[in-house]
Amino acid sequence: MTPLATYALRLGDDALILAHRLGEWIANAPQLEEDVALGNIGLDLLGQGRLLLTYAGEVEGAGRSEDDLAFLRGERDFVNLQVVERPNEDFGVTIARQLAFSTYQLAMYARLEHSTDATIAGVAAKAVKEVDYHRDHATQWVLRLGDGTDESRRRMQHGLERIWPYVEEMFVTDDLESALAADGVAVEVAGLRPEWDTYVDAVLAEATLERPTPSWTAEGGRSGVHTETFGYLIAEMQHLHRSHPGASW
Amino acid sequence: MNPLSPPYVRDDQRGYPHGSSDTTGEGRAWEVAAAVPDPEVPVLTIGDLGVLRGVVIDADGRVQVTVTPTYSGCPAMDAIRTDVVQALTDAGFANAVVHTVLSPAWTTDWMSDEGKRKLLAYGIAPPSRRTTTNGPVLVSLSVRCPQCGSGDTRELSRFGSTACKALWSCRACLEPFDHFKAI
Repeated sequence: MTPLATYALRLGDDALILAHRLGEWIANAPQLEEDVALGNIGLDLLGQGRLLLTYAGEVEGAGRSEDDLAFLRGERDFVNLQVVERPNEDFGVTIARQLAFSTYQLAMYARLEHSTDATIAGVAAKAVKEVDYHRDHATQWVLRLGDGTDESRRRMQHGLERIWPYVEEMFVTDDLESALAADGVAVEVAGLRPEWDTYVDAVLAEATLERPTPSWTAEGGRSGVHTETFGYLIAEMQHLHRSHPGASW
Repeated sequence: MNPLSPPYVRDDQRGYPHGSSDTTGEGRAWEVAAAVPDPEVPVLTIGDLGVLRGVVIDADGRVQVTVTPTYSGCPAMDAIRTDVVQALTDAGFANAVVHTVLSPAWTTDWMSDEGKRKLLAYGIAPPSRRTTTNGPVLVSLSVRCPQCGSGDTRELSRFGSTACKALWSCRACLEPFDHFKAI
């Protein structure tokens, strides 16, 4: 794949995999409104993922469609961040993941809106408004749970502890990203950290929560290294398409 | 999904690029395409919504239609593309082609005043002026109840039955209602 195709695939895989995770909450969320909310957030992400995977396939020029890329790649071919594949676990863990990722994604899309690549810029300009809403949803829950009862605070803090080892990976800029950023196509995620810290720290402080200091950090998602849980995720996501090759609605 | 730049684009709220006096070509094709109802909010047409971006007839006589999604994941887009082709075929425009563009991104400002009036009559509070959130504090504006007109309403859920709506309820008449989110 060309650098541009790989870059589109990275952004697309992040959105696709998190969309799948959020879909797992439907009919399982703590309240009906949350079924709807998490389902809608997942739908936005799925839409973004479809556009980005389609574009990755076009740029690659090998005739692969969005479905080929979503359903016919193996585990090591996915280049999403590990944070998006983490299991939903407790609702507090899911909300911690949403806060971490939506804050990151919003900062990134706000810059990609001005990408020199017209398609990346177009996807970002649409997505930025959606993700603003996602971040707000996560923020409201972190405040409500953190500054709530002893039990809700304990579980929200636990969620942060579970997700924080995966935060560092979001801000690693590699050579591919740097080269594309020099052309104005991509954004160097390393530069987004201060903005992310400022926002997240303000939310955690208001929610009376403590920012975790993880003893280890994850790495490798962008080069196809994933956590154990990821194989199960794509097995479920891909099985229908693989069981009925070529089927369409 | 390659962005096109069709010459016949509605670029503001003043009206369509072709008046109804143009009944033979692109103007009529626009009217036909614009009248296609939105599958999820059927009280609105895609013209009302501002989802229809452009209609041209190319050198081969084929109608080239450009539409834009409201939300990235809007599941109605496939149905809209199919319905537009069907409506144009029924009106005598064979082999119409529908393109999707993302830029400029759709906002509720693309919805026509007629569309907002239809929403209200249908019982959905139309989108208000857009606001932005800066920081963790959300500033929310009051939404008027579409049933009784009271401004004493509250948001039940920021997400609703479709991506474009939120769920509200009225403290005055106690009825729940959908609010078309302003984005």
